[in-house]
Formats: sequence, structure tokens, C-alpha cells
Amino acid sequence: MRAIGWPLMLALLGGLGLLYAPMAALVVYSFNASERVLVWGGWSTVWYGRLLDNSAIHEALGRSVLVGAASASLATVFGAAAGYALARFGAFPGRGLFAALGAAPLVVPEVALGLALLLLFVSLDQAIGWPAQRGLVTVILSHASIASAYVAIVVQARLARFDAALEEAAADLGCPPFQGFLRVTLPLIAPGLAAGWLIAFTLSFDDLVIASFTTGPGAGTLPMLAFSKVRLGLSPEINALATLLLLGVLSLGVLAFVLQRRR
Amino acid sequence: MARLAGGRFPPAAAVTRPGRGIGRERLLLLALPTLWLVLLVAAPLVILLKIALSEAELGVPPYSALVQTAPDGSLALALTIDSFTRLAADDIYRAGLWGSLRIAFLAALAAFLVAYPMALAMARAPRRWRPLLLALAILPFWTSFLIRVYAWKVILQGGGVLNAALLELGLIAQPLALLHGEGAVVLGIAYAYLPFMLLPLYAVLEGRDPALEEAAADLGCSPWQRWLRVTLPLSLPGVAAGWALVFIPATGEFVVPDLLGGPDTLMLGRVLWQEFFQAADWPMAAALSVALLLLLLAPLATLQWLRPRLRGGAE
Repeated sequence: MRAIGWPLMLALLGGLGLLYAPMAALVVYSFNASERVLVWGGWSTVWYGRLLDNSAIHEALGRSVLVGAASASLATVFGAAAGYALARFGAFPGRGLFAALGAAPLVVPEVALGLALLLLFVSLDQAIGWPAQRGLVTVILSHASIASAYVAIVVQARLARFDAALEEAAADLGCPPFQGFLRVTLPLIAPGLAAGWLIAFTLSFDDLVIASFTTGPGAGTLPMLAFSKVRLGLSPEINALATLLLLGVLSLGVLAFVLQRRR
Repeated sequence: MARLAGGRFPPAAAVTRPGRGIGRERLLLLALPTLWLVLLVAAPLVILLKIALSEAELGVPPYSALVQTAPDGSLALALTIDSFTRLAADDIYRAGLWGSLRIAFLAALAAFLVAYPMALAMARAPRRWRPLLLALAILPFWTSFLIRVYAWKVILQGGGVLNAALLELGLIAQPLALLHGEGAVVLGIAYAYLPFMLLPLYAVLEGRDPALEEAAADLGCSPWQRWLRVTLPLSLPGVAAGWALVFIPATGEFVVPDLLGGPDTLMLGRVLWQEFFQAADWPMAAALSVALLLLLLAPLATLQWLRPRLRGGAE
């Protein structure tokens, strides 16, 4: 193995430093005792204490967790079905369109997706009188619609690593299809499902744009609250909130990453 | 990344073999996601196009009905390309379009220039280091996007970390106006999307055959020539994928220009947001979405066209 060479080594270390420096700065400043964000006043956890007392943040956090869990569960069911169909059904009629629709949320910009989903709900309301008001339900459906594309990819990739012969063998041994699914396919794709669920939850928990378009009065999520505060400028309390968001989303992400790599 | 490529297995014989109940269950399994995709992906996009072709109105919702009843009772289809003609004529929209393309290009270029040496170093690192380096490169991707952009605000602010450091070092006498400009937006997007550029580059570079570079060296190529004539051409599929993964979402970016840009830093995503949330012109916002989608189809189609050719060249 030839050495990397010092210019490349420098580029790698510099690049990794660049990736982490801004986040490190944010975390450090969240422990700043000073009222003025950019003047260092010693270490303190006063801003975390403030966060604990802020009921608006509590409510938004509760809504974000609910939206994340509900949309991730929906996305896992429908995304897994789509991924299974793509991996195991061969060239069924309409496969191209099916795959294109499944992948569309990955390439359509967020602003366009958010607006399109909102217009869907408004048109539905006009046509069938539901949903009369936009709120958590419409955000959940919107997030689930987008996240199912990611779940489908994860499940499809997981299935591609296993021979379909395993499922065939179960059928040959007289296993009814549903039982075969429960006892063979499901255990095989379980880590993929878990990773997909976590990815979906993370996407939802981190989303600002889609939620802004599709939510209604009184149903703002945590990123929406954070964004409205961030827009006004810097504050030490936001730094503390940002640090918690950073660590929260990060821990879920690491879990999903580990699950996805599991054999 | 490469592992995400679609299934290579032939249609499963057991699933297709005619048997009691199998066909029906398979149909059900296909019907569920199909219904889901039609209702929540296809329908919204169709409705988006429909609203883009309707007229803005004061009311709830603020656009005209597409099918209208004429006074004599007959139904008439009211389509208008009014929003699209305004889109083509108005300076704001053209500035947004041009700004989107320019900023997305510069951000992708910046990300490429940073990511390529990183990916090459990772690919040449000893095998046992690679998983750790890869994890370090992906980790930021798993943290909050909004917060990563906000972090740059802390750094670039007039009295921020960077200005304070530069002042302390005596490199500048006055704080620099780093925030609220196009440069900050390019930096922010390049930073936020760096993992998307890094991953496909690493995937192709890691899979390359070092013997080819060694052969080039044996034949008298300088390191620079070796990179230009051997390594770079071999990594083109990864380069194309990385550019697509950064450029495409960057054109529609809203959060970064809004937080780091100035009031005159226009990008389509931001103009669309303002049209919708401030001007409440839904048909215009829809028309902008459609324009954005058409704009992105071009590079996507190009990539689709390039992919087999690049792969052919790499083999």
C-alpha cells in the first residue's frame, strides 16, 4: 500500500476539520454564560435550563416526535411494500412508472414537493370535504409520502443481498405465502425496516420546508419554531436548542447507520 | 452507495408460479404501494401543473376553478398560461432562475474541489482506516440540516467567530461583511451538501485498480499527469453522480439563501417561498415549481444519457 502523500493527507484532515468546526463552534457557544452570543462569559448551562422552562418548545417537540413516529411507521409499511415489489416481482407491467414515482421524491426539490402536497390537500378538501383543516395529519401524510421513497431503497437494497431461493425454499416446503413472509422474508429484511424507519423519522424530525407548506394553525413543528427564532438572529438559547437538535438527530442517524450495515 | 443499486435477481419463480392465493397476495402487495404512490406522489404533481395553469384570485383557495360553468350552463375549461408568461417577462423570476443556476453551479464546484482530494485520500488510506474515515465523512449528513446552516451564521456574523479570530490575528482592521451575500450562500450549500459529493467519489475511487496508476508511473507519468489521464477519467461516473446529487437539490434550496443570503440573493426556491407565503400567489408559486422541475429534468436526462457512456469509458 502506497502512502497517501502529504498534500492529500492535508486535504483530508482539512476537509474533515471544515465539516466539524462549525458544529463544534455551535456546541461550545451553547455553554456560554454571556447574554451576548459572541462574547465569551465562561462556561454555563443556563441556556439549557431556559429551554426546559419554555413550554412552546415542549409542545413543538411533542408534535415533532408524534409526526416523526407516525409518518415513519406509515412510510415503513408502504415503502417496504414498494421496495419488495421492485426487488422480487421482476418486470411487471408498469414497473418503469412505478419505479419513477417511487424515486420522484428523491429528485423533486422540497419546495415543489411541499407546494404540490399542499395543493393536493386543498383539492381533496374541495372535492370530498377532507381534510377540512390542515394540521398534524396532513404533515404526517406528506412526510410519509416522501420518506417511503427512502424506505423503498433501503428495503430493496437489503433484499438484493439475499437470494430469492430462501423464500422459494419455504414455499416448496409447503409454507403458505403469508407464513413464509412472516418466517422468512420479514426476519431477513428486519434490519432494513428498522433502518428505514429511523431514516424516515430523522427526515421528518429535521424537515422544515414540507411541514411549513402542509401544516395548519397551531401545529408548528420543532424545526419550524427553531427556524422562526433563527431567522431573527443569534441567541444563546437557540444555540442550546441547536445543540440538542444536533445530538438528537445524530444519535438516531448513527443507530440507522449501524442497523443498515448489519449482516 | 454502490450497494444501493437495484436488485439483480431474476423474477422469483416461487412467487410467479401459479398457486392457490399466491397471485392474489402478490396483487395486493403491488396494489398497496401503487395506490399510495398515485395518491401521494403522482396526484400532487398533476395538481401542481393544474394550479399553475389557473388564474390567481382573491379567495379561499386563492385560484380560479379550472372547470367553470358558463352562464348558459355549459362547462368550460379555463386554462391560462398567464403565470408562465409573467414568469418569463419579470426580472425577479429571471434573476431567481439565473441565481439558482449560478449558485448551485458554484456550490457544486466548491464541494467537488474540496471532496475530490478527500475522497482520493480516503481511498488510498490503509484498509483498516477506511470504515472510520467513511463514518466521519457521513456523520454530519445525519445531523440537523437547519442547524448546520445556522452554525455558519454564528461563524460569519459581523462579530462572529471568524471575524473575531481574524481581528485577533491582526489580519484585518475592520470586521468583514461575510454574511448576507452570495458567497455565504455558496459556502453554506457546499458545506451542507459535501457528504453527497464525497460518497459517490469515494465509492468509485475506492473500487479503482491501483495497478493502473502504478503502470502509468512506470511509463513515466508525473503524479499530476497520472491523475489527469488515469485516475480522473476512471472516476467520471462518481463525478457525475456527485455533481447531480449536489446541483439538483441546490437549485431549489430555500433554507440556505434565506439564512445566509442578503435580500438580493435570489434563488428559485426562495422566490417560490415568497410568492406563496408573502404574496399568496398560488398559481405563480405553482408555475415556479413546474419551471424548477423542467429545469432539473435537463441535467437528469443528461446524466441518464451520460451514464452508460461514462461506464463504457471506464471499462
